[in-house]
Amino acid sequence: MKVTFPHMGHLWLVLKAALTGIGLEVVVPPPCTRRTLELGVRHAPESACLPLKVNLGNYLEAKELGADTIVMAGGVGPCRIGYYSQVQREILRDLGCAYEMVVFEPPDVHFNEVWDKIKYLNRRPWQDGVHGVVMAWLKACAVDALEQEVQRLRPREAQTGLADAVFRRALQELDAAGSRKEVNRVVKEIKGELAALPLKPDVRVIRVGIVGEIYTVLEPLVNLDIEKRLGALGVEVVRGLFLSRWINDNLFKGLLPLPGHHPEKTAPPFLNHFVGGHGWESVGDTVTFARRGCDGVIQLAPLTCMPEIVAHSVMPAVQQATGIPVMTIYLDEQTGEAGLQTRLEAFVDMLRRQKGVRAG
Amino acid sequence: MKVKQWRLGVPRALFYYYYAPWWEAFLQALGAQVVVSPPTTREIMDLGISLAVAEACLPVKVYYGHAAWLAPRVEALFVPRLVSVEQKSFICPKLMGLPDMLRAAIKDCPPVIDVTVDMSRRPEEGLKAAIRDTARAIGSRGREVYRAGEIARARYRDWLAGQQEQGREFSPGKKEGITPGGQPPLAVGLVGHNYLLHDRYLGMDIAGKVTRLGGRVILPENFAPELGEAACRRLPKRLYWTLGRKIMGAALHLMEQEEVAGLIHLTAFGCGPDSLVGDLAERYAHRHGKPFLLLTLDEHTGEAGVETRLEAFMDMLARRRPA
Ligand code: SF4
Repeated sequence: MKVTFPHMGHLWLVLKAALTGIGLEVVVPPPCTRRTLELGVRHAPESACLPLKVNLGNYLEAKELGADTIVMAGGVGPCRIGYYSQVQREILRDLGCAYEMVVFEPPDVHFNEVWDKIKYLNRRPWQDGVHGVVMAWLKACAVDALEQEVQRLRPREAQTGLADAVFRRALQELDAAGSRKEVNRVVKEIKGELAALPLKPDVRVIRVGIVGEIYTVLEPLVNLDIEKRLGALGVEVVRGLFLSRWINDNLFKGLLPLPGHHPEKTAPPFLNHFVGGHGWESVGDTVTFARRGCDGVIQLAPLTCMPEIVAHSVMPAVQQATGIPVMTIYLDEQTGEAGLQTRLEAFVDMLRRQKGVRAG
Repeated sequence: MKVKQWRLGVPRALFYYYYAPWWEAFLQALGAQVVVSPPTTREIMDLGISLAVAEACLPVKVYYGHAAWLAPRVEALFVPRLVSVEQKSFICPKLMGLPDMLRAAIKDCPPVIDVTVDMSRRPEEGLKAAIRDTARAIGSRGREVYRAGEIARARYRDWLAGQQEQGREFSPGKKEGITPGGQPPLAVGLVGHNYLLHDRYLGMDIAGKVTRLGGRVILPENFAPELGEAACRRLPKRLYWTLGRKIMGAALHLMEQEEVAGLIHLTAFGCGPDSLVGDLAERYAHRHGKPFLLLTLDEHTGEAGVETRLEAFMDMLARRRPA
């Protein structure tokens, strides 16, 4: 059995650690590229949302590398993600692309099923499996910690791109790390390297919060590297969504003492009910960012994403009440770099003017 | 005692087409004056389009239009927050946020009665809470509410039965009515959300058009809902959208009937659940060898374009018909 999974930002690194940990042969799909997107778009329903299409592209590309089993997450609504696997299975079948699919649904619905699936996948003694999961978790936390450093440095570094180069290397080293000690060493070394990067003399950055649907927030292919673009424009990006936090909130049900999302406290009175996906969080985080003194918020979503359309619809009220400017960007296969860049520049200019800070 | 005789606005859109008899009977029984917006017109639709975010689906935009039409004419809007109307199922996320969305969009929005209807976990309790909260919002409680609930339930039951009655004519194998060519009309299954199928302006009266082209339309309410549910149970995974399941069930059931010549799926631009449900239905139809026409409505859809596509589809069905 050769398992693969969909890409979402740096998730591959975490999943690879977990799955190899339980003794599986893992085929990491090639990094998302235009080709991935094109493959997915060609075969997926036209009006499906972007993650479904890109994931499908991942599966088709992983097939070329010999993968035969897909491990993915499911769901029981109301967002579409819970039905992705079903549609993807039928598409792959119609394409004559043989795959076995192991779909993990929320445990409160089918706990035994989850157990059975893990047992089915597991190839090693349990202690090893646990070790794999622990490694995966440590790596997730390490990636997130380093990425936050990089977000802070991007607008401040003297030479654009250096922090990202270090971060790319960090990902490779973390991927190779086999023990807690090694992970810690990588984090420490990389942090040291990042801290040593030369900075611009007196920069005045503005801070922009990123909210939105998790896939578009975390996957640089579909958001066209928005965080790097913003960094180059002198923007420090902050976001509420990180892999480790998401894993904690969703898989460990918030057991670990990490800052979580509490949309039930922050989103009302603008949005008074959960709406699936990350819609509630998008509104709640926008309020949080406004309170914490961010200069603006960018909401990212796949075109036609239902929960984010709800969030988008109430943003005028949030903006009016808190004063924070919000720009919503929908992403799909047609989103062009030039158009996105123009919109970002205009937004950042506006924020700077508002803040009374001179550009540069 | 009535504190006040409310003038309540009920938009004629979205779930109006599923629950109107219930709502109207209930609110009236509690002494409210119910104002329903008129059937969709170009003006109402345009009003909605101007207020909603561009990415919203067409039916939601039309709902905005109805609500905005009502806003200056009533004391409160009745916009229940429909989360779930049955166990382990959901309504589309947009309906969960609808009251908040309207408040953010409509200037001088009157108070919104946004009781939450969530029957996903404990249906009985969810319904009871919704009824109680609605009554409370207009200042009623106690026995009166119970009585109004009974009246509403009875009216709703009759209405459902009436719909089935109308549909009785579709029994497999029955082929009445002979077309000029000497052959019985082609049976065409038409599936989609009721707020498209039964909103004549928005839905462009597809059923009427098909009939005029010599077809015989079979709608989801024309056969027992259990048949659709049963067909849906054959899916490897339960469909968790109530409406998606109705559409998929109807499509699966119809494509298995030999006398059904083809299927039309009417959907609206921007409908999230339909983008997956419709795609699956189409794949299954192909495997069954049943022609499948996807009609997507958006604000620019022209009458003429739809008619051409329907004609071409009906012609194709006629050509396929065994002589
Ligand atoms: S089910 Fe589809 S058409 Fe209805 S509100 Fe949701 S997205 Fe719009």
